[in-house]
Amino acid sequence: MRISAMIRRVLKEMIRDKRTLALMMIAPLFILTLVYFLFQSNNNQTATLGVRNVDSSLVKAVKNDNLKVRQITSDKSAKSIIRDKDYAGVLTQKDQKLTLTLQNSDQTKSGLLKKSLQQAQVKLKMQAAASGLKAQKEVIAAQAKALKAIQETMGAGAQNSGVKAPASLKAAKASAYSVNTHYLYGSSDSTFFDTILPIMIGFVVFFFVFLISGIALLKERTTGTLNRLLATPIKRGEIIAGYLSGYGIFAFIQTVVIVLYTMYVFKIQILGSVWYVILINILLAFVALALGLLISTFAASEFQMVQFIPIVVIPQIFFSGIVPLDQMASWLRPIAHIMPLYYGAQSMSDVITKGAGFFDIWGDLLVLVGFAALFLILNLLTMRKYRQV
Amino acid sequence: MNTILVKDLQQGYGKTIVLKDINLTVSAGEILALIGPSGSGKTTLVNTIMGMLKPHQGEVTVLNQSMPNRKLLAKIGFMAQTDALYDTLTARENLTFFGQMMGVKRDDLKKQIKYATDIVNLGPHLNKYVGSYSGGMKRRLSLAISLISDPELLILDEPTVGIDPELRQQIWTELHKTAKAGKTILLTTHVMEDAEQADQIMMIRRGEAIAQGTPDSLISEFGVSSVEEAFLKAGRQQDENLSND
Ligand SMILES: Nc1ncnc2c1ncn2[C@@H]1O[C@H](COP(=O)(O)OP(=O)(O)O)[C@@H](O)[C@H]1O
Ligand SMILES: [Mg+2]
Repeated sequence: MRISAMIRRVLKEMIRDKRTLALMMIAPLFILTLVYFLFQSNNNQTATLGVRNVDSSLVKAVKNDNLKVRQITSDKSAKSIIRDKDYAGVLTQKDQKLTLTLQNSDQTKSGLLKKSLQQAQVKLKMQAAASGLKAQKEVIAAQAKALKAIQETMGAGAQNSGVKAPASLKAAKASAYSVNTHYLYGSSDSTFFDTILPIMIGFVVFFFVFLISGIALLKERTTGTLNRLLATPIKRGEIIAGYLSGYGIFAFIQTVVIVLYTMYVFKIQILGSVWYVILINILLAFVALALGLLISTFAASEFQMVQFIPIVVIPQIFFSGIVPLDQMASWLRPIAHIMPLYYGAQSMSDVITKGAGFFDIWGDLLVLVGFAALFLILNLLTMRKYRQV
Repeated sequence: MNTILVKDLQQGYGKTIVLKDINLTVSAGEILALIGPSGSGKTTLVNTIMGMLKPHQGEVTVLNQSMPNRKLLAKIGFMAQTDALYDTLTARENLTFFGQMMGVKRDDLKKQIKYATDIVNLGPHLNKYVGSYSGGMKRRLSLAISLISDPELLILDEPTVGIDPELRQQIWTELHKTAKAGKTILLTTHVMEDAEQADQIMMIRRGEAIAQGTPDSLISEFGVSSVEEAFLKAGRQQDENLSND
């Protein structure tokens, strides 16, 4: 009863504060868009993909404005075709087996090919959904699955690691592909935007939730309503829980808005489950929420709250993967492990670019839960300052 | 039955001592006024009785239970010295919220809001945002909030500041009515007119209780003609005692 009244009050206050609401919902999109234009400048670039013996349904699905497809008739090796014709990549099919060979001298072109394959996967999935025939659905789903396997193979930077289709699917007439990927130059590397996008998502969620929740509790303290609240039989834990849930709801909406925006406006393919992306962000938001509430007890004014940003928030972004950890001085590396954003960004990168599942990220999730719990306990203790029972 | 019992209380913040040797009893149905200049320790005493502060020394018992005691706060209607209200909520929303915090039942809320706001004449302004309220209106809303749970004990810190004389008279009438119904009221003030309305007065100066009793007994004890003169005389005696030490 008390907690739900707290939550309703927090929601009401937030909804009436249009400015803060805009800051929480629109500012992150603005920042992400800015980052998008800064780091993703290959909008008009086109790449050419040579295909040999590839099923026409797949060829059709792969084609788009930025990707030209050329049929190859000669039986020279993929590598020499790429050298001769300057194709960005060659896709060949032998029975159920696909082989993608990337030139990879221009990583944005390689990225374009990968993206197109991702989109082909989605297209095939949608066709499967549209088709009423169950069998056909299964077959196309299998195609999509095989295509997903391509992504995973490339994402992991593996060379020649073919993914074999299950025997039962091979029996089906249409194609369940297995893929080999060869890189002519370097290894599979994504564009910088792909690298920093998960980090930026985590960062904007963390930053805005931290700031807004911190300032909200601070306001409650400076206007005396916190003291007034503590003159009622409410438990300290109920106050914290009310704040956590109330702002948690906004953090959830914010996360969904951001994730949808990146998916539909930037056309970013999330290889893993969208739900993991949302889950990670929610956990990150909870850590930020608890930390914001905690830090606000050490600030006497809004301005002092802002002064904590360079200390508490900014360093996190440097240790969250923008600078790869293994390129850091060895004494710096351990610092990353006390930064909540490091765990959030790391697991989010894994889900978005490598299709990681729960068993790949649960360790990171656990650390985030640990951070949130730690900050919550500290919150309960610092609130003793205002009422000793 | 004693509603409030304070025994040999010494209180302060950190190492500074603000209150010394405070002894105080308030019986059920009684109105006690704490009167003293600002900085004398009234708010500190009130907050200690509320259990917001733990006594350094001595004991505080409210409704036969030792303070601090979180659950007991449901039985105490509190009005703080500074208006602590949510500006972005309407007066009704503020009342509802604090009512819920005090554990008022959903079915009773409407009735209680009407009762509390009628006392302070806020009825017509209930649906306005508190941010648009004047200082006096905020004070009245704070008072209404303290009444929302129909508490056994009312603790009011400077309830009459910023309230015009006409309304002040009306509020006093209601307070007397409430006390007659068996409720206990403790209030602080630095205005003599308020103190004269109370059943019992405790004068505080520099953290010490310098005089205690009914208004009439104080006037006769000090051989003066008003409570104000009694206070001034008690203050002079305190100064003499200090210089004698
Ligand atoms: N939170 C606090 N920390 C330290 N000293 C305080 C605090 N609150 C009040 N004081 C000091 O305690 C004394 C009594 O203050 P207070 O109880 O507010 O007096 P009153 O309510 O009678 O005006 C004052 O000297 C004041 O400076
Ligand atoms: Mg005071």
